[in-house]
Amino acid sequence: MANWDWQVFCKSTTGDEVSLRCFGAGGDTTYLDWILSAWGWTLSVALLALIVALVLGSLMGILRTTPHRKLVMLGNAWTELFRNIPLLVQIFLWYHVIPALVPPLKGVPSFMLVVFALGFFTSARISEQVKAGIQALPRGQRYAGLAMGLTLPQTYRYVLLPMAFRIVIPPLTSEAMNIIKNSSAAFAVSIAELTMFAMQAQEETSRGVEIYLAVTGLYFVSAFALNRIALVIETRTRVPGMIGAK
Amino acid sequence: MKRSMFVLAAALWAAVGATGAAQAQSPAGGDTLKKIKDSGVVTMGVRESSGGLSFTLGDGKYAGFHVELCESVLNDVKRQLGLAKLEVRYQPVTSQNRIPLVQNGTVDIECGSTTNNATRQKDVAFAVTTYVEEVRIAVKANSGITSIAQLSGKKVATTTGTTSVQLLRKHEKANGVNFEEVFGKDHADSFLLLESGRADAFVMDGQILAGQIAKSKAPADYKIVGEVLSVEPIGIMVRKDDPAFKKAVDDSLVAMMKSGAIAKAYDKWFVQPIPPANKAIGLPASEGTKAAWAGPNDKPAEDYAKK
Repeated sequence: MANWDWQVFCKSTTGDEVSLRCFGAGGDTTYLDWILSAWGWTLSVALLALIVALVLGSLMGILRTTPHRKLVMLGNAWTELFRNIPLLVQIFLWYHVIPALVPPLKGVPSFMLVVFALGFFTSARISEQVKAGIQALPRGQRYAGLAMGLTLPQTYRYVLLPMAFRIVIPPLTSEAMNIIKNSSAAFAVSIAELTMFAMQAQEETSRGVEIYLAVTGLYFVSAFALNRIALVIETRTRVPGMIGAK
Repeated sequence: MKRSMFVLAAALWAAVGATGAAQAQSPAGGDTLKKIKDSGVVTMGVRESSGGLSFTLGDGKYAGFHVELCESVLNDVKRQLGLAKLEVRYQPVTSQNRIPLVQNGTVDIECGSTTNNATRQKDVAFAVTTYVEEVRIAVKANSGITSIAQLSGKKVATTTGTTSVQLLRKHEKANGVNFEEVFGKDHADSFLLLESGRADAFVMDGQILAGQIAKSKAPADYKIVGEVLSVEPIGIMVRKDDPAFKKAVDDSLVAMMKSGAIAKAYDKWFVQPIPPANKAIGLPASEGTKAAWAGPNDKPAEDYAKK
Protein backbone atom coordinates (compact mmCIF):
# COMPACT_ATOMS: atom_id res chain seq x y z
CA MET A 1 0.00 0.00 0.00
CA ALA A 2 1.65 3.21 -1.15
CA ASN A 3 2.05 6.39 0.81
CA TRP A 4 -1.22 8.18 1.59
CA ASP A 5 -1.57 11.92 1.19
CA TRP A 6 -4.88 12.93 2.75
CA GLN A 7 -3.51 16.48 2.85
CA VAL A 8 -4.54 16.68 -0.78
CA PHE A 9 -7.99 17.74 0.36
CA CYS A 10 -6.56 20.81 2.00
CA LYS A 11 -4.81 21.91 -1.18
CA SER A 12 -6.12 24.93 -3.02
CA THR A 13 -7.66 24.06 -6.37
CA THR A 14 -5.81 26.79 -8.22
CA GLY A 15 -2.35 26.51 -6.82
CA ASP A 16 -0.42 24.34 -4.49
CA GLU A 17 -0.84 26.05 -1.17
CA VAL A 18 -2.12 23.84 1.61
CA SER A 19 -4.68 25.74 3.62
CA LEU A 20 -4.41 25.47 7.41
CA ARG A 21 -8.07 24.97 8.11
CA CYS A 22 -8.65 22.82 5.02
CA PHE A 23 -11.37 25.18 3.90
CA GLY A 24 -10.63 27.92 1.40
CA ALA A 25 -10.69 31.55 2.45
CA GLY A 26 -11.08 34.74 0.47
CA GLY A 27 -12.63 33.28 -2.67
CA ASP A 28 -10.19 30.43 -2.82
CA THR A 29 -11.44 26.86 -2.77
CA THR A 30 -9.76 23.71 -1.58
CA TYR A 31 -10.50 20.21 -2.75
CA LEU A 32 -12.44 19.72 0.46
CA ASP A 33 -14.72 22.64 -0.42
CA TRP A 34 -15.11 21.17 -3.86
CA ILE A 35 -15.97 17.63 -2.77
CA LEU A 36 -18.58 18.94 -0.37
CA SER A 37 -20.13 21.11 -3.07
CA ALA A 38 -20.10 18.14 -5.44
CA TRP A 39 -21.79 16.02 -2.77
CA GLY A 40 -24.44 18.70 -2.49
CA TRP A 41 -25.09 18.53 -6.21
CA THR A 42 -25.32 14.73 -6.11
CA LEU A 43 -27.85 14.85 -3.30
CA SER A 44 -29.88 17.63 -4.97
CA VAL A 45 -30.11 15.79 -8.27
CA ALA A 46 -30.89 12.49 -6.58
CA LEU A 47 -33.51 13.75 -4.14
CA LEU A 48 -35.38 15.90 -6.66
CA ALA A 49 -35.35 13.03 -9.12
CA LEU A 50 -36.62 10.73 -6.36
CA ILE A 51 -39.59 13.00 -5.73
CA VAL A 52 -40.39 13.13 -9.47
CA ALA A 53 -40.02 9.36 -9.70
CA LEU A 54 -42.19 8.59 -6.67
CA VAL A 55 -45.01 10.85 -7.79
CA LEU A 56 -45.05 9.77 -11.43
CA GLY A 57 -44.19 6.15 -10.73
CA SER A 58 -46.94 5.72 -8.16
CA LEU A 59 -49.44 7.38 -10.49
CA MET A 60 -48.52 5.10 -13.38
CA GLY A 61 -48.52 2.02 -11.15
CA ILE A 62 -52.01 2.87 -9.92
CA LEU A 63 -53.27 3.51 -13.45
CA ARG A 64 -52.08 0.09 -14.51
CA THR A 65 -54.34 -1.59 -11.95
CA THR A 66 -57.54 0.28 -12.75
CA PRO A 67 -60.37 -1.43 -14.65
CA HIS A 68 -60.20 1.16 -17.48
CA ARG A 69 -58.31 -0.12 -20.50
CA LYS A 70 -57.14 3.28 -21.75
CA LEU A 71 -55.58 4.14 -18.38
CA VAL A 72 -53.89 0.76 -18.23
CA MET A 73 -52.48 1.28 -21.72
CA LEU A 74 -51.20 4.72 -20.77
CA GLY A 75 -49.46 3.33 -17.72
CA ASN A 76 -48.01 0.41 -19.66
CA ALA A 77 -46.75 2.64 -22.48
CA TRP A 78 -45.03 4.98 -20.01
CA THR A 79 -43.39 2.12 -18.16
CA GLU A 80 -42.20 0.25 -21.22
CA LEU A 81 -40.85 3.41 -22.85
CA PHE A 82 -38.65 4.39 -19.94
CA ARG A 83 -37.67 0.88 -18.94
CA ASN A 84 -36.27 -0.13 -22.29
CA ILE A 85 -33.80 2.69 -22.85
CA PRO A 86 -30.52 2.84 -20.87
CA LEU A 87 -30.21 5.68 -18.38
CA LEU A 88 -27.21 7.35 -20.00
CA VAL A 89 -28.94 7.33 -23.38
CA GLN A 90 -32.02 8.88 -21.79
CA ILE A 91 -29.91 11.60 -20.21
CA PHE A 92 -28.33 12.42 -23.58
CA LEU A 93 -31.76 12.42 -25.22
CA TRP A 94 -33.05 14.96 -22.72
CA TYR A 95 -29.92 17.08 -22.96
CA HIS A 96 -29.12 17.10 -26.68
CA VAL A 97 -32.04 15.75 -28.68
CA ILE A 98 -35.26 16.94 -27.04
CA PRO A 99 -34.24 20.62 -26.74
CA ALA A 100 -33.51 20.52 -30.48
CA LEU A 101 -37.04 19.20 -31.12
CA VAL A 102 -38.79 21.34 -28.51
CA PRO A 103 -37.03 24.73 -28.59
CA PRO A 104 -38.52 26.12 -25.35
CA LEU A 105 -36.56 23.46 -23.50
CA LYS A 106 -33.26 25.01 -24.59
CA GLY A 107 -33.59 27.56 -21.83
CA VAL A 108 -34.07 24.95 -19.13
CA PRO A 109 -30.92 24.47 -17.07
CA SER A 110 -29.20 21.12 -17.54
CA PHE A 111 -29.82 20.36 -13.86
CA MET A 112 -33.60 20.17 -14.45
CA LEU A 113 -33.14 18.09 -17.60
CA VAL A 114 -31.11 15.56 -15.66
CA VAL A 115 -33.72 15.51 -12.88
CA PHE A 116 -36.39 14.72 -15.46
CA ALA A 117 -34.27 12.07 -17.15
CA LEU A 118 -33.35 10.33 -13.91
CA GLY A 119 -36.85 10.79 -12.48
CA PHE A 120 -38.66 9.37 -15.49
CA PHE A 121 -36.24 6.44 -15.75
CA THR A 122 -36.79 5.51 -12.13
CA SER A 123 -40.53 6.16 -12.32
CA ALA A 124 -40.85 3.26 -14.75
CA ARG A 125 -39.31 0.91 -12.19
CA ILE A 126 -41.38 2.35 -9.36
CA SER A 127 -44.58 1.97 -11.37
CA GLU A 128 -43.80 -1.71 -11.80
CA GLN A 129 -43.26 -2.14 -8.08
CA VAL A 130 -46.38 -0.22 -7.06
CA LYS A 131 -48.42 -2.25 -9.51
CA ALA A 132 -47.01 -5.44 -8.01
CA GLY A 133 -47.82 -4.20 -4.52
CA ILE A 134 -51.44 -3.44 -5.42
CA GLN A 135 -51.85 -6.76 -7.20
CA ALA A 136 -50.44 -8.58 -4.16
CA LEU A 137 -53.53 -7.61 -2.21
CA PRO A 138 -56.43 -10.06 -2.19
CA ARG A 139 -59.01 -9.22 -4.85
CA GLY A 140 -61.66 -9.09 -2.19
CA GLN A 141 -60.26 -5.86 -0.78
CA ARG A 142 -61.15 -3.85 -3.87
CA TYR A 143 -64.61 -5.41 -4.22
CA ALA A 144 -65.36 -4.98 -0.53
CA GLY A 145 -64.49 -1.31 -0.82
CA LEU A 146 -66.68 -0.85 -3.86
CA ALA A 147 -69.48 -2.85 -2.28
CA MET A 148 -69.44 -0.54 0.73
CA GLY A 149 -70.28 2.36 -1.56
CA LEU A 150 -66.81 3.90 -1.91
CA THR A 151 -65.97 5.22 -5.38
CA LEU A 152 -62.96 3.73 -7.12
CA PRO A 153 -60.64 6.61 -6.16
CA GLN A 154 -61.87 6.36 -2.58
CA THR A 155 -61.27 2.61 -2.56
CA TYR A 156 -57.70 3.22 -3.69
CA ARG A 157 -57.18 6.02 -1.20
CA TYR A 158 -58.63 4.39 1.90
CA VAL A 159 -58.35 0.65 1.31
CA LEU A 160 -55.80 -0.40 -1.30
CA LEU A 161 -52.97 2.10 -1.27
CA PRO A 162 -52.34 2.17 2.49
CA MET A 163 -51.69 -1.56 2.41
CA ALA A 164 -49.92 -1.63 -0.96
CA PHE A 165 -47.43 1.08 -0.07
CA ARG A 166 -46.55 -0.61 3.18
CA ILE A 167 -45.81 -3.77 1.22
CA VAL A 168 -43.54 -2.07 -1.31
CA ILE A 169 -41.44 0.02 1.08
CA PRO A 170 -38.43 -2.37 0.72
CA PRO A 171 -38.33 -2.26 -3.12
CA LEU A 172 -38.90 1.51 -3.03
CA THR A 173 -35.93 1.78 -0.67
CA SER A 174 -33.83 -0.03 -3.26
CA GLU A 175 -35.00 2.41 -5.93
CA ALA A 176 -34.12 5.37 -3.75
CA MET A 177 -30.64 3.98 -3.19
CA ASN A 178 -30.35 3.28 -6.93
CA ILE A 179 -31.15 6.90 -7.69
CA ILE A 180 -28.25 8.03 -5.53
CA LYS A 181 -25.94 5.73 -7.46
CA ASN A 182 -27.42 6.50 -10.88
CA SER A 183 -27.00 10.22 -10.28
CA SER A 184 -23.35 9.62 -11.13
CA ALA A 185 -24.40 9.45 -14.80
CA ALA A 186 -25.14 13.17 -14.61
CA PHE A 187 -21.44 13.95 -15.02
CA ALA A 188 -21.90 13.33 -18.74
CA VAL A 189 -24.02 16.45 -19.04
CA SER A 190 -21.86 18.78 -17.04
CA ILE A 191 -23.41 18.58 -13.58
CA ALA A 192 -20.60 19.22 -11.11
CA GLU A 193 -21.36 16.21 -8.98
CA LEU A 194 -19.22 13.63 -7.19
CA THR A 195 -18.22 11.52 -10.19
CA MET A 196 -17.11 14.54 -12.17
CA PHE A 197 -15.25 15.78 -9.12
CA ALA A 198 -13.50 12.42 -8.84
CA MET A 199 -12.41 12.38 -12.47
CA GLN A 200 -11.24 15.97 -12.53
CA ALA A 201 -9.55 16.05 -9.12
CA GLN A 202 -7.76 12.78 -9.82
CA GLU A 203 -6.39 14.32 -13.01
CA GLU A 204 -5.26 17.49 -11.27
CA THR A 205 -3.74 16.05 -8.11
CA SER A 206 -2.61 12.63 -9.36
CA ARG A 207 -3.80 11.23 -6.02
CA GLY A 208 -6.44 8.93 -7.40
CA VAL A 209 -6.62 6.55 -4.45
CA GLU A 210 -7.46 9.15 -1.84
CA ILE A 211 -9.91 10.97 -4.10
CA TYR A 212 -11.79 7.85 -5.16
CA LEU A 213 -11.88 6.49 -1.61
CA ALA A 214 -13.42 9.71 -0.38
CA VAL A 215 -15.99 9.76 -3.18
CA THR A 216 -16.84 6.09 -2.58
CA GLY A 217 -17.29 6.83 1.11
CA LEU A 218 -19.66 9.71 0.40
CA TYR A 219 -21.78 7.66 -2.03
CA PHE A 220 -21.96 4.84 0.51
CA VAL A 221 -22.95 7.19 3.32
CA SER A 222 -25.66 8.82 1.19
CA ALA A 223 -27.20 5.56 0.05
CA PHE A 224 -26.98 3.98 3.48
CA ALA A 225 -28.59 6.99 5.12
CA LEU A 226 -31.57 6.62 2.78
CA ASN A 227 -31.68 2.96 3.68
CA ARG A 228 -31.88 3.72 7.40
CA ILE A 229 -34.48 6.47 6.88
CA ALA A 230 -36.63 4.00 4.96
CA LEU A 231 -36.28 1.51 7.80
CA VAL A 232 -37.55 4.10 10.25
CA ILE A 233 -40.50 4.85 7.97
CA GLU A 234 -41.24 1.16 7.71
CA THR A 235 -41.29 0.55 11.44
CA ARG A 236 -43.24 3.69 12.21
CA THR A 237 -45.99 2.99 9.69
CA ARG A 238 -46.32 -0.67 10.53
CA VAL A 239 -49.85 -1.73 11.47
CA PRO A 240 -50.13 -5.07 13.30
CA GLY A 241 -52.36 -7.50 11.48
CA MET A 242 -52.09 -5.72 8.10
CA ILE A 243 -50.49 -7.51 5.19
CA GLY A 244 -46.76 -6.95 5.25
CA ALA A 245 -46.60 -6.16 8.96
CA LYS A 246 -44.68 -8.24 11.46
CA MET B 1 -18.76 -27.09 7.55
CA LYS B 2 -17.15 -24.43 9.76
CA ARG B 3 -13.71 -25.87 9.17
CA SER B 4 -14.01 -25.87 5.38
CA MET B 5 -15.20 -22.24 5.51
CA PHE B 6 -12.12 -21.38 7.50
CA VAL B 7 -9.88 -23.15 5.00
CA LEU B 8 -11.62 -21.37 2.11
CA ALA B 9 -11.23 -18.00 3.78
CA ALA B 10 -7.57 -18.68 4.49
CA ALA B 11 -6.99 -19.71 0.87
CA LEU B 12 -8.67 -16.54 -0.41
CA TRP B 13 -6.66 -14.41 1.96
CA ALA B 14 -3.42 -16.09 0.84
CA ALA B 15 -4.34 -15.55 -2.81
CA VAL B 16 -5.03 -11.85 -2.21
CA GLY B 17 -1.83 -11.55 -0.26
CA ALA B 18 0.15 -13.27 -3.01
CA THR B 19 -1.18 -10.96 -5.71
CA GLY B 20 -0.52 -8.03 -3.44
CA ALA B 21 3.04 -9.16 -2.93
CA ALA B 22 3.47 -9.83 -6.62
CA GLN B 23 2.26 -6.34 -7.38
CA ALA B 24 4.62 -4.87 -4.88
CA GLN B 25 7.41 -6.76 -6.55
CA SER B 26 6.73 -5.45 -10.06
CA PRO B 27 9.27 -2.68 -10.24
CA ALA B 28 8.14 0.91 -10.09
CA GLY B 29 11.29 1.59 -12.04
CA GLY B 30 12.94 -1.62 -13.01
CA ASP B 31 14.18 -2.61 -16.37
CA THR B 32 11.81 -2.16 -19.28
CA LEU B 33 14.48 -3.10 -21.79
CA LYS B 34 15.03 -6.40 -20.03
CA LYS B 35 11.28 -7.02 -19.93
CA ILE B 36 10.97 -6.33 -23.66
CA LYS B 37 13.97 -8.51 -24.48
CA ASP B 38 12.68 -11.40 -22.38
CA SER B 39 9.11 -11.35 -23.60
CA GLY B 40 9.48 -10.03 -27.15
CA VAL B 41 6.39 -7.92 -26.56
CA VAL B 42 6.05 -4.21 -25.92
CA THR B 43 2.78 -2.45 -25.09
CA MET B 44 2.18 1.01 -26.52
CA GLY B 45 -0.46 3.19 -24.91
CA VAL B 46 -2.54 5.07 -27.48
CA ARG B 47 -5.51 7.41 -27.42
CA GLU B 48 -8.77 6.92 -29.26
CA SER B 49 -9.32 10.52 -30.27
CA SER B 50 -6.56 12.95 -29.42
CA GLY B 51 -6.51 15.08 -32.54
CA GLY B 52 -3.54 14.43 -34.78
CA LEU B 53 -1.35 13.01 -32.02
CA SER B 54 -3.03 9.66 -31.58
CA PHE B 55 -6.38 8.37 -32.73
CA THR B 56 -8.16 5.23 -33.78
CA LEU B 57 -8.92 4.21 -37.34
CA GLY B 58 -11.33 1.59 -36.09
CA ASP B 59 -10.80 -2.15 -35.94
CA GLY B 60 -7.99 -1.96 -33.38
CA LYS B 61 -5.77 0.20 -35.58
CA TYR B 62 -4.22 3.40 -34.33
CA ALA B 63 -2.49 6.25 -36.12
CA GLY B 64 -1.14 9.70 -35.44
CA PHE B 65 2.02 11.76 -35.02
CA HIS B 66 3.00 10.27 -31.67
CA VAL B 67 1.99 6.77 -32.71
CA GLU B 68 4.31 7.02 -35.70
CA LEU B 69 7.15 8.42 -33.57
CA CYS B 70 6.74 5.60 -31.05
CA GLU B 71 6.74 2.97 -33.77
CA SER B 72 10.08 4.38 -34.99
CA VAL B 73 11.40 4.43 -31.44
CA LEU B 74 10.37 0.83 -30.87
CA ASN B 75 12.03 -0.15 -34.14
CA ASP B 76 15.27 1.38 -32.85
CA VAL B 77 14.83 -0.41 -29.52
CA LYS B 78 14.32 -3.68 -31.37
CA ARG B 79 17.59 -3.11 -33.22
CA GLN B 80 19.36 -2.10 -30.04
CA LEU B 81 18.27 -5.26 -28.25
CA GLY B 82 19.12 -7.40 -31.26
CA LEU B 83 15.64 -8.96 -31.47
CA ALA B 84 14.50 -10.66 -34.62
CA LYS B 85 10.88 -9.88 -33.91
CA LEU B 86 9.18 -7.43 -31.61
CA GLU B 87 5.43 -7.58 -31.15
CA VAL B 88 3.84 -4.20 -30.49
CA ARG B 89 0.54 -4.33 -28.63
CA TYR B 90 -1.66 -1.25 -28.77
CA GLN B 91 -3.46 -0.45 -25.53
CA PRO B 92 -6.03 2.35 -25.67
CA VAL B 93 -5.84 4.53 -22.59
CA THR B 94 -7.83 7.45 -21.23
CA SER B 95 -6.87 10.60 -19.35
CA GLN B 96 -7.92 8.80 -16.19
CA ASN B 97 -5.92 5.61 -16.44
CA ARG B 98 -2.85 6.48 -18.51
CA ILE B 99 -0.56 7.18 -15.56
CA PRO B 100 -1.65 4.21 -13.40
CA LEU B 101 -1.25 1.87 -16.39
CA VAL B 102 2.29 3.08 -17.05
CA GLN B 103 3.13 2.84 -13.36
CA ASN B 104 1.92 -0.70 -12.91
CA GLY B 105 3.60 -2.07 -16.02
CA THR B 106 0.59 -2.68 -18.26
CA VAL B 107 1.77 -0.01 -20.68
CA ASP B 108 5.49 0.35 -21.42
CA ILE B 109 5.38 3.55 -23.46
CA GLU B 110 2.44 5.93 -23.70
CA CYS B 111 2.16 7.80 -26.99
CA GLY B 112 -0.81 10.11 -26.65
CA SER B 113 -1.33 13.69 -25.63
CA THR B 114 -0.02 13.82 -22.08
CA THR B 115 1.17 17.15 -20.78
CA ASN B 116 4.59 17.00 -19.13
CA ASN B 117 4.25 18.76 -15.78
CA ALA B 118 6.00 18.67 -12.43
CA THR B 119 3.15 16.87 -10.62
CA ARG B 120 3.16 14.04 -13.12
CA GLN B 121 6.96 13.83 -13.06
CA LYS B 122 6.57 12.52 -9.52
CA ASP B 123 4.83 9.42 -10.89
CA VAL B 124 6.24 8.88 -14.38
CA ALA B 125 9.07 10.06 -16.62
CA PHE B 126 8.73 11.87 -19.93
CA ALA B 127 10.87 11.54 -23.03
CA VAL B 128 12.18 14.69 -24.73
CA THR B 129 9.31 16.96 -25.71
CA THR B 130 8.11 16.33 -29.23
CA TYR B 131 5.18 18.71 -29.38
CA VAL B 132 4.44 21.99 -27.66
CA GLU B 133 0.76 22.69 -27.29
CA GLU B 134 -0.86 26.05 -27.01
CA VAL B 135 -4.24 26.29 -25.33
CA ARG B 136 -6.56 28.42 -27.46
CA ILE B 137 -10.25 29.24 -27.76
CA ALA B 138 -12.60 28.01 -30.47
CA VAL B 139 -15.73 30.04 -31.12
CA LYS B 140 -18.38 30.32 -33.79
CA ALA B 141 -17.04 32.63 -36.49
CA ASN B 142 -20.07 34.93 -36.26
CA SER B 143 -19.91 35.34 -32.50
CA GLY B 144 -17.48 38.23 -32.60
CA ILE B 145 -15.45 36.89 -29.70
CA THR B 146 -11.74 37.48 -30.15
CA SER B 147 -10.19 37.20 -26.72
CA ILE B 148 -10.70 35.59 -23.38
CA ALA B 149 -11.61 38.90 -21.78
CA GLN B 150 -14.85 38.88 -23.77
CA LEU B 151 -15.83 35.54 -22.29
CA SER B 152 -16.63 36.96 -18.89
CA GLY B 153 -20.14 35.79 -17.96
CA LYS B 154 -20.38 33.55 -21.02
CA LYS B 155 -20.57 29.78 -21.19
CA VAL B 156 -17.20 28.17 -21.75
CA ALA B 157 -16.91 24.49 -22.60
CA THR B 158 -13.97 22.28 -21.80
CA THR B 159 -13.42 18.56 -21.36
CA THR B 160 -13.53 16.80 -17.99
CA GLY B 161 -10.23 15.33 -16.95
CA THR B 162 -7.99 17.74 -18.85
CA THR B 163 -5.53 20.38 -17.69
CA SER B 164 -7.69 23.07 -19.32
CA VAL B 165 -10.23 22.84 -16.52
CA GLN B 166 -7.74 23.91 -13.90
CA LEU B 167 -6.31 26.47 -16.30
CA LEU B 168 -9.70 28.18 -16.62
CA ARG B 169 -10.14 28.12 -12.88
CA LYS B 170 -6.71 29.71 -12.33
CA HIS B 171 -7.51 32.34 -14.95
CA GLU B 172 -10.79 33.17 -13.25
CA LYS B 173 -9.08 33.60 -9.93
CA ALA B 174 -6.12 35.57 -11.29
CA ASN B 175 -8.16 38.01 -13.36
CA GLY B 176 -11.28 38.21 -11.24
CA VAL B 177 -13.54 37.18 -14.11
CA ASN B 178 -16.24 34.58 -13.96
CA PHE B 179 -17.14 32.11 -16.67
CA GLU B 180 -20.00 29.69 -16.61
CA GLU B 181 -18.24 26.41 -17.24
CA VAL B 182 -19.88 23.51 -19.02
CA PHE B 183 -18.03 20.22 -19.16
CA GLY B 184 -18.12 17.71 -21.97
CA LYS B 185 -17.22 14.15 -21.14
CA ASP B 186 -14.76 14.01 -24.05
CA HIS B 187 -13.50 16.34 -26.78
CA ALA B 188 -16.19 15.39 -29.27
CA ASP B 189 -18.86 16.05 -26.65
CA SER B 190 -17.38 19.44 -25.74
CA PHE B 191 -17.32 20.43 -29.41
CA LEU B 192 -20.96 19.36 -29.65
CA LEU B 193 -21.73 21.79 -26.83
CA LEU B 194 -20.18 24.58 -28.89
CA GLU B 195 -21.91 23.40 -32.04
CA SER B 196 -25.37 23.21 -30.50
CA GLY B 197 -25.04 26.58 -28.84
CA ARG B 198 -24.95 25.33 -25.28
CA ALA B 199 -21.50 26.92 -25.00
CA ASP B 200 -20.14 30.13 -26.49
CA ALA B 201 -16.53 28.97 -26.57
CA PHE B 202 -14.48 25.79 -26.33
CA VAL B 203 -11.12 26.07 -24.59
CA MET B 204 -8.68 23.28 -25.33
CA ASP B 205 -5.32 22.46 -26.88
CA GLY B 206 -5.05 24.09 -30.30
CA GLN B 207 -4.54 20.88 -32.24
CA ILE B 208 -7.62 19.28 -30.70
CA LEU B 209 -9.64 22.37 -31.62
CA ALA B 210 -8.28 22.29 -35.15
CA GLY B 211 -8.98 18.57 -35.46
CA GLN B 212 -12.57 18.88 -34.22
CA ILE B 213 -13.25 21.84 -36.51
CA ALA B 214 -11.82 19.97 -39.49
CA LYS B 215 -14.09 16.99 -38.74
CA SER B 216 -17.22 19.05 -38.19
CA LYS B 217 -20.11 19.45 -40.62
CA ALA B 218 -19.26 23.08 -41.48
CA PRO B 219 -15.64 23.91 -40.64
CA ALA B 220 -15.98 27.45 -41.97
CA ASP B 221 -18.41 28.26 -39.16
CA TYR B 222 -15.71 28.10 -36.50
CA LYS B 223 -12.58 30.05 -35.71
CA ILE B 224 -9.69 29.60 -33.33
CA VAL B 225 -9.15 32.96 -31.68
CA GLY B 226 -7.58 34.70 -28.79
CA GLU B 227 -4.28 34.79 -27.05
CA VAL B 228 -2.36 31.68 -26.07
CA LEU B 229 -3.69 30.80 -22.64
CA SER B 230 -1.02 28.31 -21.74
CA VAL B 231 1.98 26.66 -23.33
CA GLU B 232 2.28 23.00 -22.48
CA PRO B 233 4.92 20.51 -23.58
CA ILE B 234 3.39 17.21 -24.66
CA GLY B 235 5.61 14.21 -24.13
CA ILE B 236 5.78 10.47 -24.49
CA MET B 237 5.50 8.80 -21.08
CA VAL B 238 7.67 6.01 -19.76
CA ARG B 239 8.16 4.54 -16.31
CA LYS B 240 10.02 6.50 -13.70
CA ASP B 241 13.45 5.38 -12.43
CA ASP B 242 14.24 3.46 -15.59
CA PRO B 243 17.12 5.44 -17.07
CA ALA B 244 18.14 2.81 -19.62
CA PHE B 245 14.78 2.75 -21.39
CA LYS B 246 14.37 6.52 -21.20
CA LYS B 247 17.81 6.96 -22.74
CA ALA B 248 16.92 4.56 -25.55
CA VAL B 249 13.71 6.47 -26.28
CA ASP B 250 15.39 9.88 -25.99
CA ASP B 251 18.28 8.89 -28.26
CA SER B 252 15.89 7.67 -30.90
CA LEU B 253 13.79 10.84 -30.76
CA VAL B 254 16.80 13.16 -30.78
CA ALA B 255 18.12 11.36 -33.85
CA MET B 256 14.79 11.95 -35.56
CA MET B 257 14.88 15.61 -34.60
CA LYS B 258 18.40 16.04 -35.98
CA SER B 259 17.66 14.24 -39.23
CA GLY B 260 14.47 16.16 -39.95
CA ALA B 261 12.36 13.01 -39.80
CA ILE B 262 10.27 14.50 -37.04
CA ALA B 263 9.46 17.62 -39.05
CA LYS B 264 8.38 15.42 -41.94
CA ALA B 265 6.19 13.32 -39.65
CA TYR B 266 4.63 16.50 -38.21
CA ASP B 267 3.83 17.74 -41.68
CA LYS B 268 2.31 14.40 -42.58
CA TRP B 269 -0.08 14.38 -39.63
CA PHE B 270 -0.86 18.04 -39.02
CA VAL B 271 -0.73 19.74 -42.39
CA GLN B 272 -1.61 17.07 -44.96
CA PRO B 273 -4.99 15.32 -45.15
CA ILE B 274 -5.15 12.36 -42.78
CA PRO B 275 -7.37 9.30 -42.40
CA PRO B 276 -10.09 8.40 -41.72
CA ALA B 277 -11.93 11.33 -43.31
CA ASN B 278 -9.03 12.52 -45.47
CA LYS B 279 -9.31 16.01 -44.02
CA ALA B 280 -6.33 18.13 -42.98
CA ILE B 281 -5.96 19.61 -39.51
CA GLY B 282 -4.02 22.47 -41.07
CA LEU B 283 -1.83 23.46 -38.12
CA PRO B 284 1.83 24.15 -39.04
CA ALA B 285 4.45 23.61 -36.34
CA SER B 286 4.40 26.39 -33.76
CA GLU B 287 7.53 28.26 -32.67
CA GLY B 288 7.44 26.41 -29.38
CA THR B 289 7.41 23.04 -31.09
CA LYS B 290 10.27 23.96 -33.41
CA ALA B 291 12.28 25.22 -30.45
CA ALA B 292 11.70 21.92 -28.65
CA TRP B 293 13.06 20.03 -31.65
CA ALA B 294 16.07 22.35 -31.93
CA GLY B 295 16.96 21.99 -28.26
CA PRO B 296 15.69 18.60 -27.05
CA ASN B 297 14.63 18.67 -23.39
CA ASP B 298 12.08 17.19 -21.04
CA LYS B 299 11.29 20.30 -19.05
CA PRO B 300 7.88 20.37 -17.40
CA ALA B 301 5.11 22.85 -18.18
CA GLU B 302 5.98 24.96 -15.15
CA ASP B 303 9.31 25.89 -16.77
CA TYR B 304 7.49 27.06 -19.88
CA ALA B 305 5.14 29.20 -17.85
CA LYS B 306 8.02 30.97 -16.17
CA LYS B 307 9.52 32.14 -19.48
